[in-house]
Amino acid sequence: MAYLPTDIVACPDCDLLERIPPLPPGGTARCARCGRALAAGKPGSIDRTTALAAAALIVFLLANAEPLMELSAAGRETTTTILGGVREMWRQGERASSVLVALFAVAAPGLHIGFTLAVLLAARRPPAPRWVGDMLRWAEVYGLWSMVEVMMLGILVSLVKIASLAAVTPGAGLYAVGALVFLLAAMSASFDPREVWPRVRWRNGAGQPPSFPEAAGAAGGER
Amino acid sequence: MTGALPTGARAGIASCAACGLLSRPAGPGNAGSCPRCGEPLAFRRRDAVQRTWALVIAAAICYLPANTLPVMTTITLKSSEPSTIIGGVVDLYEAGSWVLASIVLIASVVIPLGKLGALAYLLATVRHRSGRRNRERTRLYRLLKTVGRWSMLDVFVATYVVALIRFQPFLSVTPGPGVPFFAAVVILTIFAADAFDPRLIWDSGGETRGEDD
Ligand SMILES: [Zn+2]
Ligand SMILES: [Zn+2]
Repeated sequence: MAYLPTDIVACPDCDLLERIPPLPPGGTARCARCGRALAAGKPGSIDRTTALAAAALIVFLLANAEPLMELSAAGRETTTTILGGVREMWRQGERASSVLVALFAVAAPGLHIGFTLAVLLAARRPPAPRWVGDMLRWAEVYGLWSMVEVMMLGILVSLVKIASLAAVTPGAGLYAVGALVFLLAAMSASFDPREVWPRVRWRNGAGQPPSFPEAAGAAGGER
Repeated sequence: MTGALPTGARAGIASCAACGLLSRPAGPGNAGSCPRCGEPLAFRRRDAVQRTWALVIAAAICYLPANTLPVMTTITLKSSEPSTIIGGVVDLYEAGSWVLASIVLIASVVIPLGKLGALAYLLATVRHRSGRRNRERTRLYRLLKTVGRWSMLDVFVATYVVALIRFQPFLSVTPGPGVPFFAAVVILTIFAADAFDPRLIWDSGGETRGEDD
């Protein structure tokens, strides 16, 4: 099967064929036609993202283990965790919503972090096995459905709604969720899939990522 | 030069949707798969326009019950008071937090409606092979892909209010039937934005690089 050198890309939003120039750190290559960001100069992306993903994993576990908030009214107290909300929705018959909250607030972020970390660790010694490519694709899907930042805002809104009815004390879990929002944003910003793909073993049986001949033109560089 | 810019489709080169590698599909009937990652190759997302329309219509149908059915019911010894999404916004506003009230209003009403309207507009202009304001339309598409997730806000609000206000029989809150419809709207619009292919905007012309020819 014929393929092109990887410094040539087709813009995902408008299909224009373009060559990505060598980028300085912090530089971004944008599509000349539609302005879509095509690549960014992120030197040391793998090391930095590995550290951020490891930190995110720890904070994610904390956020799920610790109570989000405690509430007292009528001489009684209630408390909840992230999964406590899921359990209560299930108990009250809102099964579909309960499953969705579990998916968007726990499963998707957890798998996003875990898969990203696994991909990065495996990519340290190229050529990485083919499952690394599969995992990278799944990490992207889970990232799309991970809604920790939306949940954080949802918890804050519910705090305001509740504050008029009862006394609210924020718990350690709430601070962990706040930290997780920042860590996930930093992890996504520092991650560069273009750094990982060249290290993955090819599906078509070529054992090693092949080296490309210098291509003359965009469409002419095929081999 | 005829003025036609080199695109993947014109050059007969498919861009892998998963890893971005450019390769020549095996044949016209069977495009084959990406030699690097194994993803099936295609020049454009399959049945993008029909699938996006179907999802937009399904989301629009769910939008009505999502906004008219209660999302929460507050139960006290004396009363049981259901409230809709809009009711929740009004409550927040009356409680003095107009910032949060407008955030919930934007996330729950403005974003889903705007997203449905914007997708319908993109689908209609692609159908008429507009070729005008391509850059703006592409930007609109990128915007609606990033903001869509925030509509899930009210589902999380309902979940954590219900999880905490459990002082039966004096005061408790139960989730209402509006919640699953609301979640359905959000999920369907996310799938709809994913099903659309922004490259269709450019396929009908409007060749300019940035400014004008
Ligand atoms: Zn472009
Ligand atoms: Zn691929």
